[in-house]
Amino acid sequence: MTDTLRTENLKVYYGEHEAVKGIDMTFAEQSVTALIGPSGCGKSTFLRSLNRMNDEIPGSRQTGNIWIGDKDINSSETDVTVLRQKIGMVWQRPNPFYKSIYENIAFGPKYHGIKNRKQLDQIVEDSLRKAALWDEVKDRLHTSALSLSGGQQQRLCIARALSVNPDILLLDEPASALDPISTSKIEELIGELKKSLTIVIVTHNMQQAARVSDFTAYFYLGSLMEYNETSIIFTNPSKPNTQEYISGRFG
Amino acid sequence: MKSNQDTPLLLRKHRTEEWIGRGYTTICVLFLIVIIISIVYFVATKGISTFAINNVSLSDFLFGSTWSPDDNKFGALPFIYGSFLTSLLAAVIASPLSVCAALFMTEIVPSWGKKLLQPVIELLAGIPSVVYGFIGLSILVPFMRDTFPGQGIGVAAGAIVLSIMILPTITSIATDALGALPRNLKEASYGLGATRWQTIYGVIIPTVLPSILTGVVLGMARAFGEALAVQMVIGNAPHIPTSLFESASTLTSVITLNMSNTVMGSVQNNALWSMAMILMLMTFVFVFVVRLLERRHKL
Ligand SMILES: Nc1ncnc2c1ncn2[C@@H]1O[C@H](COP(=O)(O)OP(=O)(O)OP(=O)(O)O)[C@@H](O)[C@H]1O
Ligand SMILES: [Mg+2]
Repeated sequence: MTDTLRTENLKVYYGEHEAVKGIDMTFAEQSVTALIGPSGCGKSTFLRSLNRMNDEIPGSRQTGNIWIGDKDINSSETDVTVLRQKIGMVWQRPNPFYKSIYENIAFGPKYHGIKNRKQLDQIVEDSLRKAALWDEVKDRLHTSALSLSGGQQQRLCIARALSVNPDILLLDEPASALDPISTSKIEELIGELKKSLTIVIVTHNMQQAARVSDFTAYFYLGSLMEYNETSIIFTNPSKPNTQEYISGRFG
Repeated sequence: MKSNQDTPLLLRKHRTEEWIGRGYTTICVLFLIVIIISIVYFVATKGISTFAINNVSLSDFLFGSTWSPDDNKFGALPFIYGSFLTSLLAAVIASPLSVCAALFMTEIVPSWGKKLLQPVIELLAGIPSVVYGFIGLSILVPFMRDTFPGQGIGVAAGAIVLSIMILPTITSIATDALGALPRNLKEASYGLGATRWQTIYGVIIPTVLPSILTGVVLGMARAFGEALAVQMVIGNAPHIPTSLFESASTLTSVITLNMSNTVMGSVQNNALWSMAMILMLMTFVFVFVVRLLERRHKL
């Protein structure tokens, strides 16, 4: 495979503060990688650097490299709009636009040049189906997205991220604001999506990490402490610190 | 620790304080309400007497285009038209400028844009209207005279002066609205690969549009009620202008120009009150529209 996502000695700073301290990581394709670790250890910062969302934060700075295949995503040849189309993102809090359900999904494709109404209709339906939301909203596509429940809004945000056909999906605690039923729907969805996508998910929920991920990376104070197959991390971690964190003794 | 014996005393003290505070604020509010009601009542009775006592027909007043008090002709249409025309034009000129200024401050260069522009906007808001009129008369009118047909004075000059006066109103409301926009909406747009401009016109502007419209309506209300500055540059001809560069009048300019020349209780004087009543009614309409927009925004 040539499009593997990989970081090389990645450091991210906010002003003088080094939030991510030199991380080397390679993400397996078509699988789910969970990032776990105590609050403030740099998981979100690391995740945001993967599709250059940190560019939008004044004062943040980065050294080291992020590669997709043999392309450096921070090189001047990379068009950040194309990059973010290829690497989608979903945030902790559902953030639908103040628009209709349909317009939320059609937003991305429109700006990437798709004008044909039929084609847009198809994309909207496909994305909503992939996000397991179609049946719930197909009769009210043109009502406001804000009228959906929190769990539905989050699935809408996933559908919106899928609308531009990404290869990689970054999820930052996508279910932490949701009830158990919505959460299990999202987890199911992740299992379905990894058949065609590479997924990186930040979570504070150990059971969730164990359930949905193939690989788990344990972050501590901006460093990658341990990175391995999920089953190994959860049954036989090599570092005592990891063991303590996953068994809930701190964090 | 206070002893238990003090508690009833303390309680009584708090109750008295509460009672005094309540009483005082209630009196203030009642006072305000009385003043407002008296003003509305006064303007309304005066304004209505033109039709009820002096027997001027309402339709002649609203739709007649001849204003000639000496011949008992009280057609106020030219002034109503002038007021609407100038304030609409002012809003049309000022709105894009204000929205751009607000975007500049909040989105384009948030680091120093606001520091630079905010004081300028506040200054603009604080300049007395007579100064605007004076500047308009001394600089704008000669410029218009040299550049466009006509005498320089007229609807266009009035609208331009007004547009500058309402710039701060619209800009500050738009700036507040943009500042209050949830950050994560922008993130969502950037995260989909939208550019900054696509984000601005695809997400930011549509989301804050109701607030911007509120600003525009409040700006128009201000323009509608402004008298002095307009009166200085509009020319004050009592007829319906056929071109933007022609002299005209507004409701406010006619009132300020004529109020000292009429006798209280005369039909000429009452006709001015009727115009004041129209201004007041329009203010109600503006307030109502703003409320409507706010309510829609909450959904
Ligand atoms: N926009 C910012 N400006 C300055 N410092 C920041 C910013 N965002 C995060 N930080 C700092 O960077 C460090 C890492 O934060 P980050 O949000 O990546 O942690 P996290 O692991 O995602 O935590 P959590 O689990 O609570 O979400 C923290 O010390 C935080 O204070
Ligand atoms: Mg985080």
